[in-house]
Amino acid sequence: MPDPLFVFFAALTLGAAGLLVLSRNAVTSAMGMILALVGIAAEFFLLDAYFLGVLQVLVYAGAVMVLFLFIIMLLNTDKPETKYPWMKAAGGLAVFLFLSAGVVALILHSGALDKVAGPTPPELSNNPAEFATAAKAFGRLLYTKYMLPLQMAGLLLLLALVGVVNLSKDAKPNA
Amino acid sequence: MEHTTLAHHLLLAGLLFTAGLAGVIIRRNLLVVYMCLELMLAAATLALVAFSRFNNTMDGAILVFFVITVAAAEVAVGLALIVALYRRTGTVSSDQLNTLCD
Repeated sequence: MPDPLFVFFAALTLGAAGLLVLSRNAVTSAMGMILALVGIAAEFFLLDAYFLGVLQVLVYAGAVMVLFLFIIMLLNTDKPETKYPWMKAAGGLAVFLFLSAGVVALILHSGALDKVAGPTPPELSNNPAEFATAAKAFGRLLYTKYMLPLQMAGLLLLLALVGVVNLSKDAKPNA
Repeated sequence: MEHTTLAHHLLLAGLLFTAGLAGVIIRRNLLVVYMCLELMLAAATLALVAFSRFNNTMDGAILVFFVITVAAAEVAVGLALIVALYRRTGTVSSDQLNTLCD
């Protein structure tokens, strides 16, 4: 039996994801998304990834979802979507069931079924960085092994900033 | 933690990813479609953290750090695109954005 806290937060996350997918009101969907992200952050905490859980709440459930809610209210698309055509709903349901069955089958056929947290497997044993909970471990790796990706991420954020400013300028009629 | 195996976490991540994909298929409000895409990213990060924890290596967790960074940048650009689209066409519903269709 898994940890009851894991079961609780898994049910919360899946329920919130269902609210996100099925609600016809965009604001309700956004609330479901926030709940799902907080649930995922709780799973991060249960996996001892405390730093990432905090980051998830701050960046995703905080900044990103506030941006989403702001845009939803700015565009004021408050009339809910009309009822789904049944073909489309059936297609979505079929995709969901098919892929869920695929996920379950894959997991049953992998070695993950009885794997519990343990020592580093031998094929990864020359890895210098063991799993650590402290933010210090992130900092050390980010400034040594992952220096180039870190710089690229910074460049990407700068480019996104410039792109957003450029996109949100008033479009001239002759542009 | 003792009896929660890797399979439990992977099952949760897989189901979340699948729910997000189904949402991308059935929803027509572009903003909600975009949120479903974000849910798929978040499900993938959950699988990464689980692998990282159960294999006792740090690299998966670092990758999640970068995924969160990229997702934040991507949301900013994507929402700016959706606002620009709304200014030009007056709608964010994907079944009315069918100019290339006919």
